[in-house]
Amino acid sequence: MRKIRRWGPGLLLVSPSIVLIAIFVYGLIGWNVKVSLSDWRQSQQTTGFDTGAYSELFPTNTGEVDDFVKGVATGDQSTTLTTDPGWIIDLHHALLFTVTFVGGALLMGAVLAFLLDKGVKGEGMFRAIYLFPMAVSFIAAGVVWRWLMNPAPGDRSTGFNLLFDKLGLGFLGNEWYLGQTWGAAALAIPAVWALSGYIMALFLAGFRGVPEELREAARMDGASEWRVYRHVVFPHLTPVTFSALIILGHISIKVFDLIVAIGGKQLITQTPAVYMWILIYDSRDYAKGAAIATLLLVGISVLVIPYLIYTIRSERES
Amino acid sequence: MSGAAVALESQFKRRRRRRVGAQILKYAALAFVALIVLMPVYVLLVASFKSGSEADPSRAWALPEVWSLDAWREAWNGEQYGLLPFLENSLKLVIPATLISTFIGSLNGFVLSRWRFPGSDLVFLFLLFGMFIPYQAVMIPLIQIFIDVDFPDGIPRLVFAHIVYGIPITTLIFRSYYATIPNDLIEAARMDRAGMLRTYWSVVLPISAPAFVVTAIWQFTSIWNDFLFAVFIVTDPAQWPVTVALNNTTGSIVTPYNVQMAAALIASLPTLIVYILLGRYFMRGLMAGALKG
Repeated sequence: MRKIRRWGPGLLLVSPSIVLIAIFVYGLIGWNVKVSLSDWRQSQQTTGFDTGAYSELFPTNTGEVDDFVKGVATGDQSTTLTTDPGWIIDLHHALLFTVTFVGGALLMGAVLAFLLDKGVKGEGMFRAIYLFPMAVSFIAAGVVWRWLMNPAPGDRSTGFNLLFDKLGLGFLGNEWYLGQTWGAAALAIPAVWALSGYIMALFLAGFRGVPEELREAARMDGASEWRVYRHVVFPHLTPVTFSALIILGHISIKVFDLIVAIGGKQLITQTPAVYMWILIYDSRDYAKGAAIATLLLVGISVLVIPYLIYTIRSERES
Repeated sequence: MSGAAVALESQFKRRRRRRVGAQILKYAALAFVALIVLMPVYVLLVASFKSGSEADPSRAWALPEVWSLDAWREAWNGEQYGLLPFLENSLKLVIPATLISTFIGSLNGFVLSRWRFPGSDLVFLFLLFGMFIPYQAVMIPLIQIFIDVDFPDGIPRLVFAHIVYGIPITTLIFRSYYATIPNDLIEAARMDRAGMLRTYWSVVLPISAPAFVVTAIWQFTSIWNDFLFAVFIVTDPAQWPVTVALNNTTGSIVTPYNVQMAAALIASLPTLIVYILLGRYFMRGLMAGALKG
């Protein structure tokens, strides 16, 4: 009884949050799954159970999808498909975007942190510059980047293409985010721009978390500066790299604002989250919208749940 | 000088030269990246100060010949593209949502780190997961609930959503902060038979200012910049926050690009000013967002 008096008030104080999260996170996720398994495909809501939405997202016949993808690449789109073709394109975009974005931001962040690690004059200024894109919304950033990466040809060309022309590097000019094959990679450039500073800050904290004695000990043993990094510092960065990967990965799966700001609702820039929006607002296909949302959640959970458990566990150990 | 000494000296020189070279290379790389990061800002500024007649793609990279405030005026409160009413909406949204969610986070963080109960770590994990979910996965039912319970349309719905979905991150930041308070302080209060609320009020709250600043900045920035909730939840265009209005203005090809750029700058100014003035705290919030940082 005395024990309850000791911790009871705490539980009571947190309980409104527990209830809110229980309802609005877990409850609504459950509800969303239910919608995704319903036949609520148009404005009329019915209660029937239907897996139709998922069957359009999961190809039953992969050969068919291969043919379709080849068809898109060669401009021959005669193949008919029971799987939703828009969704397959979305998945390709998501994959290409993720690889470019996660790889790019990780590399940029790590290199910048490495360069700043040993103390640089004006470090504060460099850090402030690299980090500032985090304060800007993707919508506002999208306005500039859409202009910078404008693929319009000839005398209507702007942004990078125009700059390349002026610098005599015209051969570098390209279609950017409207390119058939590499468009999604171009879309990842502004995302790399936005997140590199953050990843740099993470890595910098990681670098500085390595005890100076360890580095010193290695130097005493006659290790060159590079070897100190390779054998002493880098192995310490595994947890930071892991964190950075999870953060970038989950941002990448959800990416929405940036794509809308740059590409709008075009199929050529569409990603799963954008498709979900279109399905709900334009097609009123709630079951399929909910199914895509569920798949996004599953994708993110696979990344995040092990990470959360690992974090809590290592916190307990320390 | 003996031959050996000469050889040694030249070796030193070579090393020093190599080190100077590496230094120059390092600064050049850092400066180059800084230039690229700032390039969008240059474009925004240059374009936004051009007059309509000068806003021609072929001169896009050049400085304006005549510096003009027309685009700024138009984007600020012009008849067609004025953002002012939407900036007001964003303020009405961001202030209550930030204050309330920060306060809730403080209470939760206090309990979950300093007034724990059996299973409080599990409760923390339970709350924390809400931070990572794609909000699309709750959006359809959320809108349905708002309609079903007749929740006041527009900004009130957004305030509610940002408070609820802000609970995980605000709790996380405060929990990590309170974990660093010396235990003696709390124990001393307990010895004095101070209750939980009293301990919170007279011991914990007075030393919470840094965490309040960090959390409030984080919430302010993410709520001000939010587009996802706003575009799904707000149906009445008069209640749009500035991100949705900006996307609507700039998404149309008829909008002159000098006005687009000025609008993007205006919509970003509040968060940029916070970043410039309070960058240190901004950074701490980011690190907390990464959990282990």
